[in-house]
Amino acid sequence: MSVLVYVENAEGKFKKSTFEAVSYAKEVADKLNTNLVAISIGNVADATLADLGKYGANKVLFVSNEKLKTFVNQAYASIIASAAKTEDAKVVVLSASFSGKGLAPRIAVKLEAGLVDGAVELPEMTDGKFNVKKNAFSGKAFAHVELTSDRKIISLVPNSYKVVEKPVTAEITAFESTAAESDFQVMVREIVRASDKVSLPDAELVVSAGRGLKGPENWGMIEELANLLGAATACSKPVSDAGWRPHEEHVGQTGIAVSPNLYIAIGISGAIQHLAGVSSSKVIVVINKDAEAPFFKVADYGIVGDAFEVVPKLIEAIRKFKEAA
Amino acid sequence: MKVLVCISNVPDTTTKITFTDNNTQFNTAGVQYIINPYDEIALARAIELCEGGNGTVTVVNVGEATTEPTIRKALAIGADDAIRINAAPRDAYFVAKQIAKIAQEGSYDMILTGRESIDYNGSQVAAMVGEFLNIPSISIVKKITVDGETVVIEREIEGGKEVISTPMPFISSCAEGVAEPKIPNMRGIMSARTKPLSVVEPIEIAKLAQVTAYETPAARGNVKMIDAADPAKLVEALHSEAKVI
Ligand SMILES: Cc1cc2nc3c(=O)[nH]c(=O)nc-3n(C[C@H](O)[C@H](O)[C@H](O)COP(=O)(O)OP(=O)(O)OC[C@H]3O[C@@H](n4cnc5c(N)ncnc54)[C@H](O)[C@@H]3O)c2cc1C
Ligand SMILES: Nc1ncnc2c1ncn2[C@@H]1O[C@H](COP(=O)(O)O)[C@@H](O)[C@H]1O
Repeated sequence: MSVLVYVENAEGKFKKSTFEAVSYAKEVADKLNTNLVAISIGNVADATLADLGKYGANKVLFVSNEKLKTFVNQAYASIIASAAKTEDAKVVVLSASFSGKGLAPRIAVKLEAGLVDGAVELPEMTDGKFNVKKNAFSGKAFAHVELTSDRKIISLVPNSYKVVEKPVTAEITAFESTAAESDFQVMVREIVRASDKVSLPDAELVVSAGRGLKGPENWGMIEELANLLGAATACSKPVSDAGWRPHEEHVGQTGIAVSPNLYIAIGISGAIQHLAGVSSSKVIVVINKDAEAPFFKVADYGIVGDAFEVVPKLIEAIRKFKEAA
Repeated sequence: MKVLVCISNVPDTTTKITFTDNNTQFNTAGVQYIINPYDEIALARAIELCEGGNGTVTVVNVGEATTEPTIRKALAIGADDAIRINAAPRDAYFVAKQIAKIAQEGSYDMILTGRESIDYNGSQVAAMVGEFLNIPSISIVKKITVDGETVVIEREIEGGKEVISTPMPFISSCAEGVAEPKIPNMRGIMSARTKPLSVVEPIEIAKLAQVTAYETPAARGNVKMIDAADPAKLVEALHSEAKVI
């Protein structure tokens, strides 16, 4: 028996969300009194793989060949499912990243395993039951899902579980690809990554702005504030609908759900659909010129004021704070 | 080209979510139902791609008879016909299995879903159907263009996008960017009443997961107001009190 974690890489490096998945899977393995096995697909350096031992991976399987250099959903799912069988994994953990969301359901079907997509806490394992808490109703609620199948799959929401160091020596072993020819029907033509931007779904800090900003030309101060903090930028739906900002920045019930440590909302009224996407933020700051804006009701800190006056002052204050630190 | 669009019936986005029976059942009292917003985007793209006699759009829903107004709305928007699989959508595995069977029987070239349903947020159905049918599944896509026999798709990745080509048949889950939702016009609403809507019975499958309880997010403490003239106080609070910067 074992617990298996899929360790997703981006251009050969593991992201924080991958380490979160490893830490989460390690805790599950400890609870089940078993080993943690990691599976890596694509080109990752041996030293990078060995690093996974720091977070408790007892064994690291790696599959690396030319055809698997870029993400191929079907092929990756085949490999992870066969690793789960070979290692007799009772639980398979992945990050609920964009790729993870495409993989987990296919693996679930291959293994006839129950799946919890978007877990936010460790499973509860009492009286032989296996219950996992997940987001539901787009952040307006949580659901506790009981998995009754023999094998279980969990995908973990980025930034909802802490990275914990539990050093062991990881045994690194090559794993034979089991992907079939028919798994390679799609072809990746191009990958475009803005390297200087913090990615929104797994950001720890988010600076978000709404229609109160009046127009796209005013986003300079939002970006400046975000850069200063190392935060991702986000927006409300009308802002992306109007083309002021790209769609992938739209947060809310019909956009991205975020769970950062800090969410700063500037000139956003706090409509129910927007709040749904930000309710798992640990700390919420609201800056709005209308003291009656509904967003203040769910905020931890609030400033009533004109964004065009408050934000530049805030930038100044953060700059001073950074210099002092 | 034959396109199948999977639509789910979900509470209106303004719905306040509450539960009954000791937090085990979603409280449907007074709730308005709509087509899942992402499915509307998928449907709009399907209609665009089939315009001018280029193909037909079928919508499929796994649901009880109460979902028919939602299905009729999809027909009013422009789908050619509809199939309802007569069952409560127990979980994604169950739903995907039913849809896979319909898709197989109808040999569709393209199957579209929404990126996730805004009720249970599984984002599972598309990739599960793909696996049941052993066809490519591309999740969370922002653009779909058809170029002869190949389809070019842009999918979202962290901090960017990936451009992929796939042969047909395939399945994709659609996010914003794919199309603008379409509003039904009068002619659409009139014709929706007479467009074919067939009802089929589900196939039984084993249960692998079940929701045992719901919970609503804990209320936040009272908001601390900070003077607009002194944002340095906010920085101080975020650092020493909230410990987030
Ligand atoms: C089906 C559906 C789905 C939806 N999904 C989403 C979703 O996922 N995400 C989402 O965000 N919305 C969503 N919405 C839209 C939502 O209902 C609101 O319309 C939207 O969130 C409002 O955006 P906003 O707060 O930026 O704009 P507004 O509501 O116009 O608010 C602007 C705010 O800025 C403040 N303001 C103005 N000027 C200044 C200034 N100089 N300084 C400081 N503050 C100022 C105002 O007081 C006001 O509170 C959805 C709507 C529908 C119907
Ligand atoms: N009951 C259903 N009937 C038809 N399609 C569904 C149903 N439930 C989900 N879907 C489709 O699957 C997508 C993803 O749903 P989910 O996996 O539940 O988040 C939705 O956007 C729909 O396109």
